[in-house]
Amino acid sequence: MSDQPILELKNVHSGYGSIKALKGISLHVMPGEIVAIIGANGAGKSTTLMTICGIVPVERGEIYYEGKLINKVSPEKLPTMGLCQVPEGRRIFPRLSVEENLILGAFHRDDKDQIAKDIQHSYDLFPILGERSKQHGGTLSGGEQQMLAIARALMTKPKVLLLDEPSLGLAPLIIQQIFEIIADINKEDGTTILLVEQNANLALQAASRGYVVETGEITLEDKASSLLKNPKIREAYLGE
Amino acid sequence: MIHEFKKVWKPYTIGMLWLLGLLWPLMGIHADGTLTFQKTVTVWSYILAGSLVCLMIYVMKTSGSLKFITGPVTRVTGGARSATTALPSWVWIVLLLGVALVYPQFAGRYGTDVAINVMLYICLGLGINVVVGLAGMLDLGYIAFYGVGAYTYALLNVTYGLAFWVCLPFAALFACLAGCIVGYPTLRMRGDYLAIVTLGFGEIIRIILNNWMSLTNGPNGILGIKPIGIYIPIFENGLTFEHIWVKKLQLFYYFALGLAIFAAIAVRRLNYSRVGRAWESIREDETAAELMGVNTFIYKLLAYAMGAAFAGLAGAFFAARMKFVSPESFTFLESAMVLCMVVLGGMGSIPGIILGVIALIALPEVFRELQSYRMLVFGATMVIMMLFRPSGLIPAKRVGTRSEEKEG
Repeated sequence: MSDQPILELKNVHSGYGSIKALKGISLHVMPGEIVAIIGANGAGKSTTLMTICGIVPVERGEIYYEGKLINKVSPEKLPTMGLCQVPEGRRIFPRLSVEENLILGAFHRDDKDQIAKDIQHSYDLFPILGERSKQHGGTLSGGEQQMLAIARALMTKPKVLLLDEPSLGLAPLIIQQIFEIIADINKEDGTTILLVEQNANLALQAASRGYVVETGEITLEDKASSLLKNPKIREAYLGE
Repeated sequence: MIHEFKKVWKPYTIGMLWLLGLLWPLMGIHADGTLTFQKTVTVWSYILAGSLVCLMIYVMKTSGSLKFITGPVTRVTGGARSATTALPSWVWIVLLLGVALVYPQFAGRYGTDVAINVMLYICLGLGINVVVGLAGMLDLGYIAFYGVGAYTYALLNVTYGLAFWVCLPFAALFACLAGCIVGYPTLRMRGDYLAIVTLGFGEIIRIILNNWMSLTNGPNGILGIKPIGIYIPIFENGLTFEHIWVKKLQLFYYFALGLAIFAAIAVRRLNYSRVGRAWESIREDETAAELMGVNTFIYKLLAYAMGAAFAGLAGAFFAARMKFVSPESFTFLESAMVLCMVVLGGMGSIPGIILGVIALIALPEVFRELQSYRMLVFGATMVIMMLFRPSGLIPAKRVGTRSEEKEG
């Protein structure tokens, strides 16, 4: 089982109208891995995740999840199958309370007792959310919102978690905290994580493998530790 | 105090001069070509004097010279506010229901008529609240579904002689269907585009009603609709039922009240259900809702159909009361009015909507003596309201208040 990728993209093309954002992306994620996609602004990192989730339609190529073709599966069915995304810029529901945000994460589930337990579990994972459970999501700070967005996605009980720029606009200390939690989620629950980041250094330190995306194409694929040592990468993405 | 005055005198002077510039063409240029200045200047100086007094009070208040008056006043209002919030909400509900129940005994025919109108608009307001307040889709053609409901009852009653209670579910159903038909192609749009398209569809339905002569009798409308019929038990010799028509307004009022109560309970139940939460997530962020597994298209369509069903119910009651329907009752202005009531009262808040409806239906009736100036008052009230209470008279608890406000 473990030699079959849980998520696989084969030569995926997609875009917005006449603008082609992805020009043949191929990548695979093995169960239990943390994989990072790094690249510059507008390289197509976020579009890759949005295409996997079906928000941006696939024009050509195939996306397999657990061996099943999911090109035509509508976005709202994916969380039921165990594939969930934490979108870029967090996108929590600002005028709903923290608790309601979490309940919405469990929208497709009907096991009430387990949902209540899972909410408690998120509060254990992120104590600050427990303190603010009755507060509106929009009143939280940036870091707290990112935690809420991750907690909300975890409520869907994902097998694969797609994370889009979890470090966006956060203070270094908070970023570190968030990445520790991401590593915990991967280790303790065995959740597979596909991470998109502009902060290449951070992403490659957390991940086991990495892909480099440039203008809609994968230009490099390697072990994260080798990518960190690669002089080209160091020059282009690590500012050396 | 001088310092405070220095801050405001400039915009005030510019404002007054601007007013003079606007006022003179309105009052000074006459149809026969003569120009006068006398009347404009007198009116303007009255306004100047009045506003100057207001300005002085404002300046004194901001500079704190009025502490000796405002201090006790805020203490009293603050006390009153804490007393009202301390009361549990069921006390308010019982109080309101009590007033609503005895109201027709004290109000005359005219008063009851206005109250019936209020009840129907409460149902409409709560219905549009589902679409606008919960699901966050701006619907400018809402009144069309009210029309569909009214015509459903009118046509079924006049052509087939079906009774009101038989037609009522059909009125809701047909309005619901109309909602789905309109919603299906339009709900792929978002924001402003949706508003424009719903406006267009609302007008299409009205124009169909206006022009389909063979079915709806066009602009002449449909006459001779029967009122509500009910059976009342009589215990004279055994138990028999007697059929009566609800012709008296006082009696009809209670049916309208029943409708409003039904709508309020239904919308409240919807709001706190799984469906309500899905709607709110769509309002907050459609893409995020989709990523969390909410089927946004189905839920948006459901919101549209549900809202339309409430309008259909209200429409059937409207037809039964007027005993006559014509397309004129379902113009865009009505849609805008219903929307105003919801926005004025507080989107998403049921007590707010009830208050908003009462304010916008009853107040223009109170100010009827002022004739066309009452519309001026109406407009000014709306502007002032939006300046001072942008989230409505009674903002929804779940939507309006922010946690830091509560703490502060």
